[in-house]
Amino acid sequence: MSSKSTQSLDEVTIRFAGDSGDGMQLTGTQFTNTTAILGNDLSTLPDYPAEIRAPQGTLFGVSGFQIHFGSTEINTPGDTFDVLVAMNAAALKVNLLSLVDGGSIIANTDGFNDKNLRLAGYDANPLRDESLVKYQVYEVDITRLTTLALQDLNLSSKLVDRSKNFFALGMMYWMYNRPLEPTLQWIGEKFAGKPEIREANTRVLKAGWNFGETTEIFKVRYEVAPAKLKPGRYRNITGNQATAWGLMAAAKKAGLDLFLGSYPITPASDILHELSVHKNFGVKTFQAEDEIAGITSALGASFAGALGATTTSGPGLALKTEALGLAVMVELPLVVINVQRGGPSTGLPTKTEQADLLQALYGRNGEAPVPVVAAATPSDCFSAVFESARIAIKYMTPVICLTDGYLGNGSEPWLIPDVQKLPDIAPSFRIDPKGFLPYLRDEATLARPWAIPGTPGLEHRIGGLEKQHLTGNVNYEPANHEFMIKTRAEKIERIANDIPPAEVEGERKGTVLVVGWGSTYGAIKTAVMKHRSAGHSVSHLHLRHLNPMPKNVGEILSHFKLVLVPELNNGQLVKVLRSKYLVPAIGLNKIQGLPFKSMEIERKIEEMLRSY
Amino acid sequence: MGESADQTTKAATMQSPKYTVKDFQSDQDVRWCPGCGDYSILAQTQRIMPDLGIPRHKIVFVSGIGCSSRFPYYMETYGFHSIHGRATAIASGIKLARPDLTVWVVTGDGDGMSIGGNHLIHLLRRNIDVNVLLFNNQIYGLTKGQYSPTSELGKVTKSTPYGSLDYPFNPAALALGAGATFVARTLDSDPKHMQSVLKRAAQHKGTSFVEIYQNCNVFNDGAFSQFTEKETKDDTVVFLEHGKPLLFGKGRDKGIRLNGFSPEVVSLKDGKHSVNDLLVHDEQDTTLSFILADMTYNPKLPRPVGIFLSIARPSYDAEMQRQIEFAKQKRGEGDIAKLLNSGETWIIQ
Repeated sequence: MSSKSTQSLDEVTIRFAGDSGDGMQLTGTQFTNTTAILGNDLSTLPDYPAEIRAPQGTLFGVSGFQIHFGSTEINTPGDTFDVLVAMNAAALKVNLLSLVDGGSIIANTDGFNDKNLRLAGYDANPLRDESLVKYQVYEVDITRLTTLALQDLNLSSKLVDRSKNFFALGMMYWMYNRPLEPTLQWIGEKFAGKPEIREANTRVLKAGWNFGETTEIFKVRYEVAPAKLKPGRYRNITGNQATAWGLMAAAKKAGLDLFLGSYPITPASDILHELSVHKNFGVKTFQAEDEIAGITSALGASFAGALGATTTSGPGLALKTEALGLAVMVELPLVVINVQRGGPSTGLPTKTEQADLLQALYGRNGEAPVPVVAAATPSDCFSAVFESARIAIKYMTPVICLTDGYLGNGSEPWLIPDVQKLPDIAPSFRIDPKGFLPYLRDEATLARPWAIPGTPGLEHRIGGLEKQHLTGNVNYEPANHEFMIKTRAEKIERIANDIPPAEVEGERKGTVLVVGWGSTYGAIKTAVMKHRSAGHSVSHLHLRHLNPMPKNVGEILSHFKLVLVPELNNGQLVKVLRSKYLVPAIGLNKIQGLPFKSMEIERKIEEMLRSY
Repeated sequence: MGESADQTTKAATMQSPKYTVKDFQSDQDVRWCPGCGDYSILAQTQRIMPDLGIPRHKIVFVSGIGCSSRFPYYMETYGFHSIHGRATAIASGIKLARPDLTVWVVTGDGDGMSIGGNHLIHLLRRNIDVNVLLFNNQIYGLTKGQYSPTSELGKVTKSTPYGSLDYPFNPAALALGAGATFVARTLDSDPKHMQSVLKRAAQHKGTSFVEIYQNCNVFNDGAFSQFTEKETKDDTVVFLEHGKPLLFGKGRDKGIRLNGFSPEVVSLKDGKHSVNDLLVHDEQDTTLSFILADMTYNPKLPRPVGIFLSIARPSYDAEMQRQIEFAKQKRGEGDIAKLLNSGETWIIQ
């Protein structure tokens, strides 16, 4: 049994795939957390169907979790994967295309019975014919081995079946030299009140590990050394968790209570879940009756002096549109988080897309400019939402913070920031009744005073009807309306004075500039780095502030011969850049509910360089 | 914002300035049509305000869209004239963020029960401590005369030249069905009654829902005249008074008796019935409140006016505060740095 050798790898990508009820997300998350603790850099892609328990064994019921980890810098969850753990035939069929040639398949043979094969559309068992010759196939009777491990516990077959993902996890822990302890501890805590489930999962996890250790079929195990990350204390974090914490940190920094009005919607609900836990921070979460009540209750809370926030995804943002206009008119701080998903309409609820940019920028009646901020990576959601709150409070305006399903559910190691060093947010509540006018603006920011109920002498009325300059009284005079429209626009424009200039990764001048926003950051960065290391003149500009944009964007664009804008939509930022800066930027668009593969961007850049 | 509700109430009573009606009148010109029932509601509201003992700056009036929703502009308190149907949701956010504030919602039959119907029923079931004044004129006034969710069946309006097809809501029954803890009806033409109902609504902990029959003299004049005109009102309205029998009619010679679950009119002059046979109102009887509300569109019965129900149930805002206090006691005041460093972390040298 000691004939096993250990190989060292710089990076590896594993895909766990099974039925949507097989616990693949949990398996992937556990593997991720353990890997993070070992100090690898990593990036993950949970990819699951909209159905909670889609019919077993079907192709559309396959749920996957991909993790890319290494001792080097990792920016994407991987275009392809090296290892596929397939719990059934459908999982193999759906994922095989993205497995690298020579990659490994760990197949749960019990998931390849006649019924499984039929549902997956296989005429013959792929494990028995020649179709998998280019891969290393490891056949393991995971279901049977799990049953054996639990034999004497007298558990229902359903419970036994639910434990089998821990067998696969244990095996992968063995194969990649990861400790069992973090997951054992997690099982202990999670199932503290259910001793038999705790025992079953513990046993099965260990059985998987021991199987790897003793079986003849695995000859090699692998080691992936810790990555050379910036020194400091790290944790693993998902985008939705980072978003929730960013809101809390901003409220705390501003000395405000946080109020979240929200209606459950995939993939944003986890932010509501996370915030509802932290009542001891004074966080108030209100699960409203609908999206409209979500935003309007938050706006009411802001009027009353709290930091109002609402979380949603595309269709929900559409419902909030009118209230956003009201927030623009009454000029109150409000953070609106849109965890984008595939649209239009209900679209692809569990898949990622960036197709709400134009909705965020322009989707309101009347002239209603709203600042828009976008997060680039899962952990970056923390600072993006913090920045959104800062702008909202300082400029008395609603702010839309764009993340997406890929960021929200994806995770990465995060260098935990020093709370003391977070930017200051200082709301200035108006107290003095002398000279108070509801729409008398700050000269620098043009923000109106935040005069909250409960302050003696500042009783005043606000509303959605056009306001008279200074007094805020209802006013329909033509010149006043135009003046107020221009003033509200100017207020948002002035935020450009208060954000850092855009920074180019690479030379500030050259042949190709790749401009991105949001979750495409990792894929673009990887593609650009490949070209740069080959000596090509390619740089990367990633925009966090989409409205207003940093003042130097136009100048940066003018220093490149070609501008490429990869987006997970049909061409939205590219439209904005073309109209705003009159540059012949071209788009690279992918609208499949999936993130870019860096290879796709790399090829496009290559094509541009060639044709230039 | 950490002021607890208790402290605030105490502070309010201690400092409670002596107000007059004038202190609650804003400097804005009132722009309702001359003769509109809204004037009376505004006047009664302003009249009771000094008696509530609440500092003006602790009061917020929130409205949606419609004629009634101009109301906040005329009150010298904090005010929010919002968007159509959403006042109840905005008010919820205000009250939850700041339980120390006294929050009023002014809405109409269209704003509150058509476009804002969903928020209204959810406010009622949550029992957030907000006072809702629903001005019911059975017509859309601001959009110039379309039928509303309370317009009578077959109503001919600009949008229903052949008569409306939808059966009207009964606001009191709707509120009760939604789980309201305080439900009342009053009339724009009866200032005294309105004042007493408004005061009771203000004192109620939890959502209070007050339907006010309000005459739109431009688009639906006389919709309630049978209940408001001197000649008819005694015979068409029965006032609900807690602990008292349901008497009505000129000379109070008629009453309401329960026959099984069905109310019926009996005469006290026919020698067969006495006051002892009559239904005695009990504001705390939920079942009875449904029976009384159901009298509303019954042509054989007088229209019930008054407080249908007033019961105590924990309010959402107080419960939310309780959970927060509980969490703080149990887990200590939250610390962001600790939170970020909680769970599995590791150090890279």
